[in-house]
Amino acid sequence: MYDPRLAWMLVAPVLLLLIFFLLLPIAVMLVYTFFTFVTAGVESATVTLANWHEFLTDGYYHGFLLKTLRVGGMTAIICGILGYFPAYFIWATTFKHKWLLLLLLIVPFWISFTIRTFSWIHILGEQGLINVTLLKLGLIQEPLQMLYTEGAVIMGLLHFLLPYMILNVYVSLESIDRTLISAARSMGCTSAQAFREVTLPLSLPGLAAGLMLCFVLAAGSYVTPQLLGSGRDALFGNLIYDTIMGQLNWPMGATLSIVLFMVLGCFAAVYTRYMSMSQIVKGLGG
Amino acid sequence: MPDTAVSPVITSRSESTGTSQANAGTGYERPAVEFRNIDIAYGKFVAVRDFSLAIPRGSFVTLLGPSGCGKTTILRSIAGLVDISRGQISIGGRRVDDIPIYKRNIGLVFQSYALFPHKSVFDNVAFGLKYRNVPKPEITRRVGKALEMVRLPGSEKKLPSQLSGGQQQRIALARAIVFEPEVLLLDEPLSALDANMREEMRVEIKKIQKETGITAIFVTHDQEEALSMSDQIVVMNAGMMEQIGTPEEVYETPRTSFVADFLGKANLLAGSVTASDGQNATVALKAGQRVSVVSPRPLSTGTDITIVLRPQKVQVGAGIENRLSGRVISASYLGGNVIYEIDIGEQTVIRANSQLVGKMIPEGEAIEIGFDPAGCVLLDETGSRVS
Repeated sequence: MYDPRLAWMLVAPVLLLLIFFLLLPIAVMLVYTFFTFVTAGVESATVTLANWHEFLTDGYYHGFLLKTLRVGGMTAIICGILGYFPAYFIWATTFKHKWLLLLLLIVPFWISFTIRTFSWIHILGEQGLINVTLLKLGLIQEPLQMLYTEGAVIMGLLHFLLPYMILNVYVSLESIDRTLISAARSMGCTSAQAFREVTLPLSLPGLAAGLMLCFVLAAGSYVTPQLLGSGRDALFGNLIYDTIMGQLNWPMGATLSIVLFMVLGCFAAVYTRYMSMSQIVKGLGG
Repeated sequence: MPDTAVSPVITSRSESTGTSQANAGTGYERPAVEFRNIDIAYGKFVAVRDFSLAIPRGSFVTLLGPSGCGKTTILRSIAGLVDISRGQISIGGRRVDDIPIYKRNIGLVFQSYALFPHKSVFDNVAFGLKYRNVPKPEITRRVGKALEMVRLPGSEKKLPSQLSGGQQQRIALARAIVFEPEVLLLDEPLSALDANMREEMRVEIKKIQKETGITAIFVTHDQEEALSMSDQIVVMNAGMMEQIGTPEEVYETPRTSFVADFLGKANLLAGSVTASDGQNATVALKAGQRVSVVSPRPLSTGTDITIVLRPQKVQVGAGIENRLSGRVISASYLGGNVIYEIDIGEQTVIRANSQLVGKMIPEGEAIEIGFDPAGCVLLDETGSRVS
């Protein structure tokens, strides 16, 4: 028998957790955006629209926002292109111990993300692996400027995000009924044509989900640009950090946080709505 | 022996290449599909051993057997989905060993339907035509015709997920026949359907096969499906062919105890010959009784023998031949018929499916049964039919 009270009781713990640790903090942040900044570290509860006015009129912030979205988008797309092949390989291989290949994807997570990011300094830096090797070989006279560039930031983000993309694509590949491919082949498709007709379209939901995930994580990243980028390569997350920790301007920091939260949230919502992800899922008979 | 493990038609051995179109109508045309001594192995496991078969054009042949008997493997080998390790397969007289799957021109219907979930019914059915460079208006016409044939006209725009299981399987059938393949392969196409739908689809598939005259190879573990649909049944066991014949042949005259048991749960009564002439033999059953049976040849006294007796051939009541008395251990009422399980002693249980006349005999009661001496088949000690 269906008892609505039981259902509420079952979701109550999660619901309380979400309310107290997610919704409430966001609500507090939202309230902070209307506080008045007095001086570093001091704000008053006088309601003002000054923070929002500043954000909406100052091109400095808009530049950061656009740049963040651009870097996030580029990272996601490169991730998609680079991630599809390993995912396809793991799916298609006849190697008996597939779990080992999947484990290899997860192994990097055993090392702290910060340390993994730091490791790039030893690879890309002036005294790093690449520069030293090229100098020793006499291919270059001056060390190349690779670290503290946007390229280094994207590289670091790729390193961090690729496993997410690969796993997402792999899962959607794994859900494809392989007899569909046999069916396509029996009706006259070569392997390549069967891939285009069946495998690729049916793996798109995974690719789309991976793109969204990578985009949001990249656009919201803070550690990677902090360690691998110069001041010019800072992203919106670094701007928030600087506003709150450097300038001690909490109302403005809260405003910027809410902006990033809303922008990425809107992206996710619009994306799922119009990239017809749900449509594809429906098509799969799910 | 009318039903040995060789081709049911005389096949021409000429190795002429060229057109794969055999002239239909003549009795000596090339078989639609021919296997010559094929072996199929998965690593060390040999799934099919020394299998030879010629399938006449336009016939409906069923590969019947329990799971793991190699029937699906054989079907997949025609499609090119598994490689054969020995022998050769020809489709329409053309050797296909080295021809990749997409050039074999076969229609495949899977148990799981295998419709493309992201494509409309039209795109699904048109798929094979598209890869045969059929012009667009012609595709539209032929898809429409195929959908009419499976009684789902006007469903072009729907997605497979909007159809029921039976409808999906009919679309899969339309998709497999629309490009007029050389042979239609059906891999347990009815297994995923519920009982009512299964019977309807059985009739439908058979009807469409007759109408189009396509050669069909059907794989199933369901003896009822095999008996009701096939021109020829190939009974498989453990990678080998046990018997080939018309449904009537394999049912009425099973060649081995496996075939007898697999098709329709026959009673296998063990005994030994006590007397025999050219036509009849007297057999002492393990259970103690003596029965008389028609024997195709004289049997030496003392030979161990198994009598294969169909439940339908067991008669209930007095005044019949080969009288056996026993006790009913179970009685299932099926409307017009009753299925009795009867203990005739020494742990020998006979299944009888008889027309209900008068009252049903309840469990635990004594019962008299018997059978016509000509209504059974004899198997020798190796399990092969006495002939």
